[in-house]
Amino acid sequence: MQDPSTGPLATQATSSFTEHLQRSRPELLPFSQSLPAGMVPSSPHATTIVALTYAGGVLMAGDRRATMGNIIASRHIEKVFPADEYSVLGIAGTAGLAIDITRLFQVELEHYEKIEGTLLSLVGKANRLGAMIRGNLPMAMQGMAVIPLFAGFDHVSGAGRLFSYDVTGGRYEEQEHHSVGSGSVFARGALKKLWKPNLSEETAVAVAVEALYDAADDDSATGGPDPVRQLWPVVYTVNRSGNRRVPERDLAAIAGAIVESRAIAGREA
Amino acid sequence: MTQQFYVSPEQLMKDRADFARKGIARGRSVVVISCADGIALIAENPSPSLHKIGEIYDKIAFAAVGKYNEFESLRQAGVRYADVRGYSYDREDVTARGLASVYAQSLGAVFTAEQKPFEVELAVAEVGTTQELDHLYRLTFDGSIADENGFVVMGGLADQISDVVNGTWEPELGLAGAMRLALRALATNKEVEELPATAVEAAVLYRDSESNRGSRRAFRRLLPDDMTRLLTEES
Repeated sequence: MQDPSTGPLATQATSSFTEHLQRSRPELLPFSQSLPAGMVPSSPHATTIVALTYAGGVLMAGDRRATMGNIIASRHIEKVFPADEYSVLGIAGTAGLAIDITRLFQVELEHYEKIEGTLLSLVGKANRLGAMIRGNLPMAMQGMAVIPLFAGFDHVSGAGRLFSYDVTGGRYEEQEHHSVGSGSVFARGALKKLWKPNLSEETAVAVAVEALYDAADDDSATGGPDPVRQLWPVVYTVNRSGNRRVPERDLAAIAGAIVESRAIAGREA
Repeated sequence: MTQQFYVSPEQLMKDRADFARKGIARGRSVVVISCADGIALIAENPSPSLHKIGEIYDKIAFAAVGKYNEFESLRQAGVRYADVRGYSYDREDVTARGLASVYAQSLGAVFTAEQKPFEVELAVAEVGTTQELDHLYRLTFDGSIADENGFVVMGGLADQISDVVNGTWEPELGLAGAMRLALRALATNKEVEELPATAVEAAVLYRDSESNRGSRRAFRRLLPDDMTRLLTEES
């Protein structure tokens, strides 16, 4: 524990957990290492995340596959996480770093809330995530990039908002829908056709699952619904009352309906 | 040449302890009560924003009396300690016992080494899955630590308030019962029978918050409206 009696407190006081770690325990930060020259051995990569707005909120969905070159590293990985009560984030890129950055981001938000006694604004949260991704830039230059997608409910405007990032930590607000990861081009194509203004929450979940289905159809690194192992995408919705994970049995029904309708259509795509 | 007077260590420690006790005795009191629904924390505090009670971690809360700037810096240091520990190990590895012993070391070091001791008294509460697993630690200005059973009372009229709580407290008490008991106890030496909900700051650590409230964070602040609703629902 930092001894409150030593030194001028004002210079030590920070509401940011990341800043606190940088000062007192830099070795715990996921992106503080300086790497020696050479190639990083191949490591699991997380793939496709989609997010879209609907009437009164925003949702995010991710498939369950992580790949390592041509190998499937995991069929069970979860890539969409609640960041705090009113926001979620999804990650694509180097899974090991991404999961630690997610954990750091979750603690960062909770830490601020406990120290300050109030929640960060949605844009404030989005900016903090951008700063973390920028902190990871040296690792990204070694081939270990992490690209998140951030979504949350903005109490000021009363709507769900979406933020995408580039590898340098640049933050861009997205309208309507967005996707990241290896299958994102295909998911994006599907979203353009399926998304409509003022979708209901149920329809929006079905749209997200169908977009991931299309991504898995054309991208070998994205996993589709797996009825053999009973694996479905991870979907979180965020609205005024907070975030909620869509239950497995709802997703099973939605995925089943999509597969069925495609089978009936009996066409190539 | 100025002469340095000899002061015996006993006298030095006694003076420091008296100084700290005087500071704490001026303050308003705090009551922490373990009950069937969780742990209730109630402080007599007219300010709605300068808190004496705070969340430290998933199952751990903090309550303090004394000088605001001193216990606030201790609270923040506690949040940092808990978050660093939970981040580097696991959330389960953050315990009230660990936190209380770190607080005890800090308070003890300040008491002996610094210009003046901290004029604070702290309580660290951890809610368990059953009432037997609740932990209540009380820390005083000199770094002594006590593991209390059932309830903790701190502040100016601690002894008198403690007598009132001791007379009525029982483990089966519900949350509303515990709140009412605290409001009555805090009214000791005042003209009223029990304090109004607006004169106190209240919070609760809910037992089994994962299943009952859908969150691993058990701490919740109760606003005066919540308090009034809670107390009227029960009666």
